[in-house]
Amino acid sequence: MAQTYFTEDHEWVRVEGDIATVGITNYAQEQLGDLVFVELPEKGRTVDKGDTVVVVESVKAASDVYAPLAGEVTEVNDGLSDNPGLVNSAAEKDGWLWKMKLADKAALEGLMDRAAYDATTA
Amino acid sequence: MAEPGELKRLPLHELHAAAGAKFGGFAGWSMPLSYPAGVMKEHLHCREAAGLFDISHMKLFVVSGREAAEALSRACPIEAGALATGQSKYTFFLNDQAGILDDLIVTRVGDDRFVVVANAGNAQTDEAHLREIASGFNCTVEALERVFLALQGPQAEAVAHDAGLDIAGLGFMNGKETADGGFIARSGYTGEDGFEIAASLDAAQALAEQLAADPRVEWIGLAARDSLRLEAGLCLHGQDITPDTNPVDAGLIWAIPKALRTGGAYVGADALAAAIAAGPRRKRVGLKPEGRQPVRAGAALVDGDGAPVGSITSGGFGPSFGGPVAMGSVDVDALDQPIFAEVRGNRLPLALHPLPFQPHRMRKG
Repeated sequence: MAQTYFTEDHEWVRVEGDIATVGITNYAQEQLGDLVFVELPEKGRTVDKGDTVVVVESVKAASDVYAPLAGEVTEVNDGLSDNPGLVNSAAEKDGWLWKMKLADKAALEGLMDRAAYDATTA
Repeated sequence: MAEPGELKRLPLHELHAAAGAKFGGFAGWSMPLSYPAGVMKEHLHCREAAGLFDISHMKLFVVSGREAAEALSRACPIEAGALATGQSKYTFFLNDQAGILDDLIVTRVGDDRFVVVANAGNAQTDEAHLREIASGFNCTVEALERVFLALQGPQAEAVAHDAGLDIAGLGFMNGKETADGGFIARSGYTGEDGFEIAASLDAAQALAEQLAADPRVEWIGLAARDSLRLEAGLCLHGQDITPDTNPVDAGLIWAIPKALRTGGAYVGADALAAAIAAGPRRKRVGLKPEGRQPVRAGAALVDGDGAPVGSITSGGFGPSFGGPVAMGSVDVDALDQPIFAEVRGNRLPLALHPLPFQPHRMRKG
């Protein structure tokens, strides 16, 4: 049973087993506007919480997306290379950014649930 | 007045808020950055139909009096007295080193009367500079409080006509004062045909509502204004041109009348003549990233050996061009070499690209 968590940096983290899928929230994509480029990480890269993993670029500016937790990148959403707009049209589904194997699942406790996140953007 | 550090609100702020604008700070103003359509659609709509921009952050001055032309010919490298009434001219305030303090449009609106349109970010220093120069001449400088709108795009003329705007006789780079104390010029910052319209605070709300209600017109925010002007190869002062850039290095010598290139009575004349004689040290060029990744203002440019050759001065994505676009300042010696932008530790190859990226479609008179 997958469970979804949220961060203060407007990311969502969907966890199945010890694999987390990470993306930016619909609120975040609305704030960024039309995306034209997504710089994805190398598979196999080990990241610490807070590291810049992805850079999303709108018409106007580049924005960092941080690792919500420590772990190893296992998969990236290659479809975004040709279609970065998928992050705008389906931010919390097909517009996911990367998957990672979590170093410590217990760290998920520090993240927010949907209701808590929605309260931060209300 | 706004407190120091606090962003000033446009006179029509509530109108933009009601249109769903997202606001952000620019040059001390809270500006509409985009509207619900989003920057991509706004940009394309302006190229396909007509876009309406609130550019009230820009500053208008009227210089009038018996020696107004002489004062402007001292302040700017132009022959203001040789302008026909109704003629606009793109020009600069230069410093003594011929560095560009600001770029401006000067329009002669009467025998002894000129309208100067200056950039928001330089409005205060421009006003002080202009007043100091004007104090030596028999003329006055008046800073206007106006709402300033730009209507741009292939449908701009039809929209302006249907709205009853007084555009008779206006070709590109013509302007005139209007009966109600306003000003209208056929000019813009998109590479498209269009108008820039100053209206009194009283008249502006109704005018903006009328123009925005036209089905051919969409509000366009500052983000798309930037991508439109970048595709059109037009400079943003503070980025592409600065007080450290002279018109030679900026590739803007076309804006200096030939007779003033070897000297003149304007501020910076000697330094500019020397710079022209010496030739450019660097050049403002169009640069096209070879991949899909945009390069942004401030990115360092290097040659194949990693030696510095300049910097990106404006960069982003060109929605009409269909890819990333940029302008940069490059050492002239490096222009025949491969050029790379350093972005987050990677070297992205760039190709020189003629400016503009998007052909201009201004309407000649």
